[in-house]
Amino acid sequence: MNLFLCGVGGQGILLASEVISSACMLSGYDVKQSEVHGMAQRGGSVISHIRFGNKVYSPLIEPGDADIVVSFELLEALRYLPYMNKETKVIVNTQKILPSPVATGADTYPADVLEQLQKRGLTVFPVDAFGIARLAGETRAVNMVLVGGLSLLLPLEEQVFLQVLQDRLPGKIRAVNTAAFIKGREEISKRLSSNS
Amino acid sequence: MTKKTHNPGERVLLSGNEAIALGAYEAGVKVASAYPGTPSTEILENLCRYEGVYAEWAPNEKVALEVALGASFAGARSLATMKHVGLNVAADPLFTAAYTGVKGGLVIVTADDPEMHSSQNEQDNRNYAYAAKVPMLEPSDAAEAKEFIKHAYRISEGFDTPVLLRTTTRVAHVKGMVAMGGLESSSAKLGIEKMPEKFVMLPAHARRRRVELEKRLAGMKEFAETFPENRTEWGDRKRGFITSGVSYLYVREAFPEASVLKLGMAYPFPDRLIREFAAGVDELFIVEELDPFIENHVKALGLACKGKELIPAMGELNSHLVRKAITGEAPRSLFEPVPVPMRPPNLCPGCPHRGIFHAISKLKVFVAGDIGCYTLAALKPLSAMDSCVCMGASIGTAFGMEKALGKESLGKIVAVIGDSTFMHSGITGLIEVVYNRGFSTVVILDNRTTGMTGHQPNPSTGMTIGGEISTVVDIEAVCRAVGVRHVVTIDPHDMENAEKILRQEIERPEPSVIITKAPCALLPEMRKRKDKKLYRVIEERCTGCRACLKIGCPAIEWVPLTPEEARKLGYKDTQKGHSSINAALCDGCGQCVVLCKFKAISAAGKDAGKDNG
Repeated sequence: MNLFLCGVGGQGILLASEVISSACMLSGYDVKQSEVHGMAQRGGSVISHIRFGNKVYSPLIEPGDADIVVSFELLEALRYLPYMNKETKVIVNTQKILPSPVATGADTYPADVLEQLQKRGLTVFPVDAFGIARLAGETRAVNMVLVGGLSLLLPLEEQVFLQVLQDRLPGKIRAVNTAAFIKGREEISKRLSSNS
Repeated sequence: MTKKTHNPGERVLLSGNEAIALGAYEAGVKVASAYPGTPSTEILENLCRYEGVYAEWAPNEKVALEVALGASFAGARSLATMKHVGLNVAADPLFTAAYTGVKGGLVIVTADDPEMHSSQNEQDNRNYAYAAKVPMLEPSDAAEAKEFIKHAYRISEGFDTPVLLRTTTRVAHVKGMVAMGGLESSSAKLGIEKMPEKFVMLPAHARRRRVELEKRLAGMKEFAETFPENRTEWGDRKRGFITSGVSYLYVREAFPEASVLKLGMAYPFPDRLIREFAAGVDELFIVEELDPFIENHVKALGLACKGKELIPAMGELNSHLVRKAITGEAPRSLFEPVPVPMRPPNLCPGCPHRGIFHAISKLKVFVAGDIGCYTLAALKPLSAMDSCVCMGASIGTAFGMEKALGKESLGKIVAVIGDSTFMHSGITGLIEVVYNRGFSTVVILDNRTTGMTGHQPNPSTGMTIGGEISTVVDIEAVCRAVGVRHVVTIDPHDMENAEKILRQEIERPEPSVIITKAPCALLPEMRKRKDKKLYRVIEERCTGCRACLKIGCPAIEWVPLTPEEARKLGYKDTQKGHSSINAALCDGCGQCVVLCKFKAISAAGKDAGKDNG
């Protein structure tokens, strides 16, 4: 299974990737997760590839092969369209983080991101992860809201994720991140039941 | 700093770099030295947390390798790690360490960066193995990285040679499952042993070691024939692939049925194994990133193969690209990319570099730059860097331009270098300026850390890798000690003063140094500071002149307005928009305040104008 995460440097994509990959490993799968550090991270567009299954060779997802895309920022989902196919499920945080050309007025933010995804036949789950994280008590827990949402679409037990959060996160931020995870999971759960 | 626990048999999810640290610990490494560089940095950051290992940040890679070599001379297993370009700096000790050989095992990790995710070039460091006549191992993933580093120490001590271990970004930064293993130790005895014929490379000794070096290479070639990590995987014999490193994974993904010769040892080559494999397949392909390193050797053996005429010699590979290159298969129909605004990396909100580069940009001078976060100042809207080559190059290149142009160039060139980069290799450049009667102006950006690679302390930080307090190497005192008479330290957030000082120093007909001292905005003490005051735009005062947007701060946003919206907000309907400060991003540096002639930027929560009136 191929999971593609994208967003903006500083949104906690790398920690989210670690939590997801650890859950895959604890569930008995082989897993590879690829990311890039250094200059790319300074406010730039950040991506992470997670592949799991019985045996994984390549650490990189091929174009068109993502089963699930989690976009931590609205327009980033559109940037990585070539990694998707018609069956791809796309979880999109509806939060906008203005790219610098937009912030300075040199370019404009696309107005119809969700429509553009939907009109290509993709299954889109828009989530106000920032709002949910704020309600959970920590705006920086956007990443865990999205991991929670994603967890419902994966063949992995919720308990495994909770265990990973318990093991990986320092005491101070554990509770709020776990709360964010659960709220994110509930959000996707609501969407799934309203669609069926 | 919490120490790592080690439970043999336990399976953990590790990046290639974390796995190398684990492998080095299991191999019994006693001394490890490095200079941070993507994608190698996390090796030492992890290794320093294992019990019984001395790990350190050296000022540069040459020193790191010399330290590791010294530890080896004393009988300890030692490690030096660096990014690919770091090995250029450390090449001098490497080439002669190949002659001296080792006592305790010595391994050098070179982390190459195909695609230049965070580098200025994409050199293929397998060429160093050939040129320096030392063996090189090349793991494909984290699990192999851990095992290979242990092999590397056995080979190092077995053959009396330094060993190179090469990773690439997609090995170093890919996480995979690794099982913790048993602990090993060096076969060498710790202690001082005088062996001048081995360790003193006078010509007479070196000539004898040269002969030993060739004997050793011949021995390693023989070893390579049976080294289990040089592995033939027979499958369908129609297509055979010789490959190594991460390329092996792409081949396996793209052609699961094919026959593969995987070279875990990139150098020297197992010629018999290669010939046997070539004879066993109908068509032979060489799949490797960057240079035709394997391909040239296979062709030199007189074997027919296809390589770089199909596989790109630039950038990273992936399974899709490899499949397409070999089969010529048309790519399946994908969603067309949609044009979306670019999201280039940018200096962070509150970054002290932004202030000084804005001031520099107003001088209209040639800015000889260097390697670090601040290289981002070359991008719009600051556009305040005109050259960037390698670590420490700023000062030498500025001085070279000055010598070419003569007195004409006074006031027209500035060299800019970060604190860690200055410690790495800027000091010698400054000595050059002083010694050879230059008048260069050097700006040292002292943000108290090594920013781009993730906040490693450096000699001017006053702290070691493990967080112990250390002597601060005083940059100002260093500059004065080498003979610079005019050294001034300023606050880069105060852009008006910075510009004034810059204008004064660049006109000075003798060497001068301006140290801009302010901590990186991402350092924990800056993030947690209590007195942070955020700024906001007083909308009714904003005229939409866009002056505040010229520093490219991510927190300052442009809100475009239609004539109607403008009128509604009380602006003239010709006003195209107004600025706004995103409170979630503002770091409170206050640089933007002086940019606004209309006093429309003020500390949030205070009465308009009171704060800056």
